[in-house]
Amino acid sequence: MTTAPFPAGSIVQVHGRAVVLRGNDIDTDRIIPARFLKCVTFDGLGAQVFADDRSEQQGLHPFDRPEYQGASVLVVNRNFGCGSSREHAPQALLRWGIRVVLGESFAEIFYGNCLALGIPCLQASSTDIDQIQQAAEASCDSQLSISLDPAAVELAGQRWELQLASDAQKMLTSGQWDATRQLLSKDQELTATAARLPYMQRFAAG
Amino acid sequence: MSSATLYDKVWALHQVAELPSGATQLFIGLHLIHEVTSPQAFAALNDLGLTVRHPERTVATVDHIVPTTSQARPFADPLAEEMLTTLERNCHENGISLNGLGSGRQGIVHVMAPELGLTQPGMTVVCGDSHTSTHGAFGAIAFGIGTSQVRDVLASQSLALNKLKVRRIWVDGSLPPGVYAKDLVLHIIRTLGVKGGVGHAYEFAGPAVAALSMEERMTVCNMAIEGGARCGYVNPDDTTFAYLKGRPHAPTGEAWERAVQWWQSLASGPDAVFDDEVRFDATAIAPTVTWGITPGQGIGVDEAVPTLEQTPEEDRPLAQEAYRYMELQPGQSIAGLPVDVCFIGSCTNGRLSDLRAAALVADGRQVAAGIKAFVVPGSEQVAAAAEAEGLDAVFRAAGFEWREPGCSMCLAMNPDRLEGRQISASSSNRNFKGRQGSASGRTLLMSPAMVAAAAVAGHVTDVRTLLPA
Ligand code: SF4
Repeated sequence: MTTAPFPAGSIVQVHGRAVVLRGNDIDTDRIIPARFLKCVTFDGLGAQVFADDRSEQQGLHPFDRPEYQGASVLVVNRNFGCGSSREHAPQALLRWGIRVVLGESFAEIFYGNCLALGIPCLQASSTDIDQIQQAAEASCDSQLSISLDPAAVELAGQRWELQLASDAQKMLTSGQWDATRQLLSKDQELTATAARLPYMQRFAAG
Repeated sequence: MSSATLYDKVWALHQVAELPSGATQLFIGLHLIHEVTSPQAFAALNDLGLTVRHPERTVATVDHIVPTTSQARPFADPLAEEMLTTLERNCHENGISLNGLGSGRQGIVHVMAPELGLTQPGMTVVCGDSHTSTHGAFGAIAFGIGTSQVRDVLASQSLALNKLKVRRIWVDGSLPPGVYAKDLVLHIIRTLGVKGGVGHAYEFAGPAVAALSMEERMTVCNMAIEGGARCGYVNPDDTTFAYLKGRPHAPTGEAWERAVQWWQSLASGPDAVFDDEVRFDATAIAPTVTWGITPGQGIGVDEAVPTLEQTPEEDRPLAQEAYRYMELQPGQSIAGLPVDVCFIGSCTNGRLSDLRAAALVADGRQVAAGIKAFVVPGSEQVAAAAEAEGLDAVFRAAGFEWREPGCSMCLAMNPDRLEGRQISASSSNRNFKGRQGSASGRTLLMSPAMVAAAAVAGHVTDVRTLLPA
């Protein structure tokens, strides 16, 4: 299965078919069970995403169902991605093909990890998520069209507004979600901050 | 909005710049790394042609994948061996100090750094591991980060972050005998929910918290993350300073005096303003056990598994899933539930005082027939100290296995794991489905003394009935 290229640069719109995954509090141990963390690269994680849930459901898990193959929009419920800070979780989703996640709410670290990979996580009310899930299931061949500013999703002639925190919105749409270079550009400020922290001077007098 | 709390003061001191996104660039004082979440970060750093800005502020150890039976190299598991050699190479190439196996300083990253005096009040501490909140016990702002952030910290010693709200968790009274820091934090999570702390830092305070030892404070802060709070902390006080004094990385001489003064100045004072406050009464807390598949599904050992009617409507689907997965009936009492495996260890409860509390229960008793019980010290230092006072002998005589330090069956990335539907009494921090190495394995979280009690009884039992009067 070929998936879309990894996110790069400014992200303003994402198009793709949806995969609906119902359930609250789906934690990162379920997204990628701990035994798959034993790797020094993320390359193989796409095949292992939801490994335990999938083997338990014997082919009926959304990620195994034929109609959802090639989907890139994941639609979840409440507190998705809770649990450990492992970036393996969004990495596994990314490598399976997910490029954007819609849900009622997300665990904070998961949300931040996704942002750092260029995977927008957008929120909607539980009623709206329910409607989006039903609409996506009813027309799983249709493309969803998600815009980040203003945040909204369109599917089969329907439109729902979404929420996206303004800082994440700015970072994604301006292509500055890759923080490393931005942080490094503050060289003098970094030096000045280190200089005023007593423990950085080993509590030397003066 | 909070002001004049320790969180506010430490945040302000570490602020480097405001970023175009509106986030704050925050300086990081201590960066801890281990073999699982660092290799991809070093690879990314290399790809970008960047170097480590402050190698002296990054400290490594190996904990997640190490076997606890024989730590001879190469490890039997080639993937584990590859992860460790990759860490060794990255540390060597970048001038980062590694507290490796047999150094006398190796241990679970959140046990190792405090006992070496690396973690200090007023620091910002990060690690690619969500239980970094542990270090907040010292009055540090400490939180877990993802691998891309590990790369950012290696490159710039800073991170792009948004400030959290600060909630004070005030605990009155004192913990009754047989009730431990683990019970306190399980009780808090049970009450506020696993999402209760999202967007917040938790300041743990009040007489019951002030009376806790540093190891107990670490247990409480460790599980702040299980309550949804990215970090939790306790204001530094004399208990903190007494613990730090004389540790290898603690300041000495006049520098120590200046350090204590600075640390004291950071604590939340009477003028501190919190976003909100929640109060608890320690005297009302019982030994607490989780029955379900999130750390919020906890009950007192003398209580029954909640029925659907007793469960708030929004939590009912999860409760039903938990009944099914755990094979428990609503209304069934948790005491008396048979267990198969008893695990004492982890960064939550793998320290000397935890092993002492468990040994007190195990002493003179025998692990019940058919139960596998084992103790994994949190670090080489903990192991040495426990052996020096004969705790290993107490455990062995009672039928527990005494293992080498590491994360072990907390998340089962090493050979220690549940088999099939086995059910464990565990002193660790997560009871998610499949967490302990078997996709269908079941976990009951509890204090180390309660785990020891379960081991000798063969089922969940109230440790208070086994303690000397
Ligand atoms: S003991 Fe468990 S929670 Fe702690 S660092 Fe190791 S795996 Fe993570």
